[in-house]
Amino acid sequence: MQVSMTVNGQERSGEVEPRTLLVHFLRENLGLTGTHIGCDTSQCGACTIHLNGKAVKSCTVLAVQANGADVTTIEGMAKDGELHPIQEGFWEEHGLQCGYCTPGMIMTTADLLKRNPNPTEAEIRHGIEGNLCRCTGYQHIVKSVQWAADKMAAQSGD
Amino acid sequence: MTATEPREKLVGQAIKRREDPRLVRGQGRYMDDIVLPGMAHVKILRSPLAHARIRNVDTARAAEAPGVLGVYTGADFADVNALPYAWQAAGVDNHVNTPRILAVDEVHWVGDPIAVVVAETPQQAADARDLIDLDLEALPAVVDAEATTHNGAPQLHENALNNIAFEWDCGDEAGVEGAIGDAAVRISQRIRNQRLIATPIETRGAIGQYDAGTDEYTFWLSSQAPHVHRLVMAAFVLGHPEEKIRVIAPDMGGAFGSKIFMYTEYPLVGLLAKQLGRPVKWIEEREEHALATAQGRDHVTDLDIAAEQDGTITGLRVTTWANLGAYLSTAAGGIPTTLYGRMVAGVYKIPNIHCKVYGTYTNTALVDAYRGAGRPEAAYVIERVVDLVAAELGMDPADVRRKNFIPTEAFPYDTGIGMLPYDSGDYPAALDKALDLIGYSDLRQQQADARANGKYLGIGFSSYVEVCGIAPTAWVTSEGWGAGLWESANVRVQLTGKVVVTTGSMPHGQGHETTFAQMVSDGLGVPYDDIIVEYGDTAGTPFGYGTYGSRSLAVGGTAIVQSVEKIRDKITKIAAHMLEVNEDEVDIDAGTAFVKGAPDRNVSFGDIAATAAVGAGLPEGVEPFLDATTYFDPPNCTFPFGTHIAVVEVEEDTGNVEIKRYVAIDDVGNVINPLIVDGQVHGGIVQGIGQALWEHGVYDDGGQLLSSTLMDYGIPKASWLPMMELDRTVTTTDVNPMGAKGAGEAGTIASTPAIVNAVMDALSPVGIKHLDMPLSAPRVWTAMQEAKEN
Ligand code: FES
Ligand code: FES
Repeated sequence: MQVSMTVNGQERSGEVEPRTLLVHFLRENLGLTGTHIGCDTSQCGACTIHLNGKAVKSCTVLAVQANGADVTTIEGMAKDGELHPIQEGFWEEHGLQCGYCTPGMIMTTADLLKRNPNPTEAEIRHGIEGNLCRCTGYQHIVKSVQWAADKMAAQSGD
Repeated sequence: MTATEPREKLVGQAIKRREDPRLVRGQGRYMDDIVLPGMAHVKILRSPLAHARIRNVDTARAAEAPGVLGVYTGADFADVNALPYAWQAAGVDNHVNTPRILAVDEVHWVGDPIAVVVAETPQQAADARDLIDLDLEALPAVVDAEATTHNGAPQLHENALNNIAFEWDCGDEAGVEGAIGDAAVRISQRIRNQRLIATPIETRGAIGQYDAGTDEYTFWLSSQAPHVHRLVMAAFVLGHPEEKIRVIAPDMGGAFGSKIFMYTEYPLVGLLAKQLGRPVKWIEEREEHALATAQGRDHVTDLDIAAEQDGTITGLRVTTWANLGAYLSTAAGGIPTTLYGRMVAGVYKIPNIHCKVYGTYTNTALVDAYRGAGRPEAAYVIERVVDLVAAELGMDPADVRRKNFIPTEAFPYDTGIGMLPYDSGDYPAALDKALDLIGYSDLRQQQADARANGKYLGIGFSSYVEVCGIAPTAWVTSEGWGAGLWESANVRVQLTGKVVVTTGSMPHGQGHETTFAQMVSDGLGVPYDDIIVEYGDTAGTPFGYGTYGSRSLAVGGTAIVQSVEKIRDKITKIAAHMLEVNEDEVDIDAGTAFVKGAPDRNVSFGDIAATAAVGAGLPEGVEPFLDATTYFDPPNCTFPFGTHIAVVEVEEDTGNVEIKRYVAIDDVGNVINPLIVDGQVHGGIVQGIGQALWEHGVYDDGGQLLSSTLMDYGIPKASWLPMMELDRTVTTTDVNPMGAKGAGEAGTIASTPAIVNAVMDALSPVGIKHLDMPLSAPRVWTAMQEAKEN
């Protein structure tokens, strides 16, 4: 069956099976491989994207459920070639090692900071607990999120 | 900048990683991101039983399913060799059984591959896999490392009586016997180091492609050692010329040791690609990762300790049953012997040690190196030993450590149990710094106050040492390893002045592109941005052994430094010729070669590179081009060390362990990039904490894995952890020119005993001396209830 949605600001459509997951549609039909797969029980968060402005695990959504929706993936975060402040934060604070969890972490962080622009350490840790990272021990991820929050606050104050 | 102003050194600076811009944009290229024209997809049917005879595998229905290109069973690969076993337990008989591409006649663990489906899409392959009819005759199974050796236990392999793959020992058995006989204090304890599942967030994968015209295979593999995978497939499995196999390791989403080994799926994708004339891809499912990727640890250990009243440890007997799983994985023999048994002395001077190890077969997944590999098990043993002594004598565990430390003036130090001599160390310095950072004098008072208020506050120590930078080839081959462990590097300077560094190391998150570029930039005095670091493809690169055992900097980095030295020598020759002076009058810095004392007489690095590359105007007898390859075989391993201290509180009502503080003082020698080293230490500590508190690969008695998803296996989450407090002492080593020791595994080795010791300290008021990991809330709560009842 045919699905269409807005992905990173562009109208995209494709042919899928009813059982096709959104993550597979993004990766296989659209070639947006920045969204990763780390599990099959919705535990790891590597597949996190934004669906109508909210962070969701794209392995928990069928492609057909996203028909007509507005989707943002990691590929849509940088604007005009400039890294998003959260992407910058992860780079500045060494918030990634292998980088596999990173796109999902960044998408979750974006949602977190939208809801809570100035989170405490505990709120950050709680906010990203649905995203697993096996490399960093999370410490530099927490700092990356704080860096991004500071930068975004400074920008919105401009 | 003029040539007289020395350029600022990059080594030692916290430079942010050059790997990251593409990764934060989602532009990494991991295994499943690779799509080749005409690619077909593989799904593997694995045994649902831990031990069974294969009566029949009926593939007829599966073969008819939509999109299916082929269905294969063990019979189809009967002429392909079983996988090789590359690291024997040294000096003893190893009763070797290794996996075949697909099982024939019998399966030995839940996950043993039985059949494979290739289809147009992964979904079609998975659907068809469900249509394969298996007729298995169940046989009795055994899963426990020690129980498997008991009389009457089910037998896995004809050549391994009582399921013993090898019996190995080190140290002085009679000496320990005597020490225990004479001891004022004797303690015995059985401890378990539970099974762990590596669980990188990216599972394994493999793509095979075969070109019939050239008879060449290309593999994309999840590989920490692409050259070794190529060699092993060529020489032992496929019997295909090595030069007609190319292995590429793409970006890897973590590995932690689990992607070192030879796995059946790797040659399989090549064989299928050849058979079908199409590239084929296999991506491991998360549950498959739990079932079929080599796991870690799984020791049962009996300890017998002899000590004096003042806390001096005089003897230690360690008897370990190391569960190796259903077959021997690539390095299975070396981990619980060389990397474990020979490290049980830890940081202590103990006059009598004996360590006996039984490597055993069970109906479980294969066990091999997992972050730390043998050394975490050894650190856990000795650090529990010290705390058992302290608890028995009512002494401060810091004092017992200090009393038994190898003295700083004793290095290089031989522990007498067959390890190479520890290169350098200052164990009291690290302990003191940790005590200082945590504010130890106040902390014990806080603990007393907390206890008075009915709270269970505990302080735990771990003073560790590990063997890294493996390893001198002559030594490691005498220890049963069937190859070398040197490392290679090629450095070449292009006509344009850009520098290309090719390393045999295989980074997968450790930031080598950044670290190595920092080193080369300093070494050649060229801009950091003019250096690129390449790795991960066997085509046209010198053979290298790869990344594991915290060896990339100590061994691989040295190969780079030595290649840089060779290039500097040649630059000096060419510059002297161009400047018309003697070689000893030339100095190099900041992108120029200049006459000492007359920096205005100089030639730029770019001009020298161009002269060398073009080949005109070179001194007599000097070959064109700046290109140097080094194969560096280290004279010794390195021995990083440190002290970690954890403060925990156990909640009485739930048994939940909360980590209040975590202080880590590590000594990894000189540091090239402190940001990257801190990241390695953080990640390592958390993996070790995971073992102490949450992670457990659980098999039931019938051999079913109960923790095969991320719902059941306790990967640490952000909200479970505190901010760690890190600092360092710096004791250099003369094993390599950087004076660096290695940092990839230190955290994991140190943190597990620190946490367990802290929890035992917290529980000491109720009389608990030892609990086995993981110290999950139910386990702790239950133990507290039982202790209170007694
Ligand atoms: S892939 Fe793991 S949560 Fe979606
Ligand atoms: S950086 Fe590797 S999983 Fe997070």
